Amino acid sequence: MEQNKIICISCPIGCRMTIQSKDGKITSIIGNACPKGIKYAEEEFINPLRILTTTVKVIGGELPLVSVKTEKSIPKRLLLKAMVEIAKIEVKAPVKIGQVIKDYLLGTGVSLVATRNIKRVDSNLFS
Amino acid sequence: MKLEYDLVIIGGGPAGLAVALEARRNTVKDILLLERDKYLGGILPQCIHNGFGVQYFKEELTGPEYAGRFITKLKDCQINVKKETMVINITSDKRIIAINRDDGLLHIQSKAVVLAMGCRERTREAIAVPGSRPAGIFTAGTAQRYINIEGYMPGREVVVLGSGDIGMIMARRMTLEGARVKAVLEIMPFSTGLIRNKVQCLDDFNIPLKFNHTITRIEGGKRVEKVTVAQVDKNLQAIPGTEEEISCDTVLLSVGLIPENELTSEAGIKLDPVTRGPIVNENRETEIEGIFACGNVLHVHDLADFVTEEGEIVGRAVGEYLKGNRKFRSQPIKIFPGDNIAYVVPQHIDFIVPGRKKIKLFMRVKKPEERVKINLIDDKGRVLTAYKKRIVTPGEMVSVFLPEVLLDDKLKNITISIKRD
Ligand code: SF4
Repeated sequence: MEQNKIICISCPIGCRMTIQSKDGKITSIIGNACPKGIKYAEEEFINPLRILTTTVKVIGGELPLVSVKTEKSIPKRLLLKAMVEIAKIEVKAPVKIGQVIKDYLLGTGVSLVATRNIKRVDSNLFS
Repeated sequence: MKLEYDLVIIGGGPAGLAVALEARRNTVKDILLLERDKYLGGILPQCIHNGFGVQYFKEELTGPEYAGRFITKLKDCQINVKKETMVINITSDKRIIAINRDDGLLHIQSKAVVLAMGCRERTREAIAVPGSRPAGIFTAGTAQRYINIEGYMPGREVVVLGSGDIGMIMARRMTLEGARVKAVLEIMPFSTGLIRNKVQCLDDFNIPLKFNHTITRIEGGKRVEKVTVAQVDKNLQAIPGTEEEISCDTVLLSVGLIPENELTSEAGIKLDPVTRGPIVNENRETEIEGIFACGNVLHVHDLADFVTEEGEIVGRAVGEYLKGNRKFRSQPIKIFPGDNIAYVVPQHIDFIVPGRKKIKLFMRVKKPEERVKINLIDDKGRVLTAYKKRIVTPGEMVSVFLPEVLLDDKLKNITISIKRD
């Protein structure tokens, strides 16, 4: 028997739930004040997903970085690994909002896209 | 350059952008938007995280994407924008003095003015943390700008003071970028930010959040070396004997935001001591007719979506004001905060509007409470209407509707109070 504590974020009440499980299968969920909590707890327990947002280095842009996000959520356990991968990327200005910066991040099938426009300039603004 | 306008908006963040677009939709012709930064969007371009737009666009966007939607629309409807332009004075007769490198000193006359300057962060000075004065102490928003816009990493071992949203978001951001966030300290017994941020920014990365704790000392020579933290009692005073030292090279402060109202005060507009923004009517119009305020300059919002909503209220109101067909009530209805309510916006209701069904009132509570009734009470202590809420917390703005049918001619005051249900 294992126990996990999960806080529901589906509404401001923030129910503190306890999940009991055996061999990775949920046996009981308690502490939720409404059915939404169950759904949330199940998702969080089986495969917690997050959108990762960070920045990527830009060459020849009006700013040295462009903000990016994973187009869809990726498994929570891959967040730090993805950061290491993303740190290696450089992109040439101009960058367009929505532009794919990297396909198949860590083989997840999820791509990394730009979340802002960066114009090209000859000299960097902050250099 | 043209120096006379129907509407001048000061500040190109989410509030100013929404005003510009909505005013244009309401047939306001000559609009000028003044922005002191190189870019529009205010603070949004540096808020690279997700969670914007859920209310307004019904989809989840990052800060730069949310701003981008409005900036694109603004270009489409050809509103005059002057960036890198600093407003240095506004007068009560709506003259604006501004400066920039191209035009020099500008004297602009407008029929309506919207204050949309936003807010700024409270600093170490504002909360008076004792100790030495080394490098490595940042407000969370400054660190956010360094990391997300300028590409600098402010430090490696971090203690965050304050569990406001920006503090928690920066704890995650610095962790993702390789720093070690040793603790987030909250002087209150509850988080002042959204639960979602506590879970996804702190719990996800096992960052400890210590309630009833504060920094009592910051020490270091050239750079921060350590902080002393202590538990606090009910009066928020450090309890002797609970002190503990944490070694770190960086302290981030997320200890509140203050509306930026120097220009407002210079124009002679009265501020509400609680919101620290101007006192306004339901049109978000200040004491001076034709000068409006919205967004974080009026009161600090927790979602950009609510700022947009408020900007749109002002955009429509400016349209009505310029048409000149507004009808005042014989006397305004004043709205007062009662039990467990810190403030209510708007502070008074001035107009008779044919066809209006309800007025949305925004408020912030002082402390968390569960299973409550929000009572709207008239001068004689009668409950006009009441709303049940499962929970209220200071981290989430509360809004209720005031039905128009309740507003008879004699009504002078409404007090909003929270009672246990
Ligand atoms: S379980 Fe229901 S009531 Fe509890 S936090 Fe989740 S959505 Fe809110």
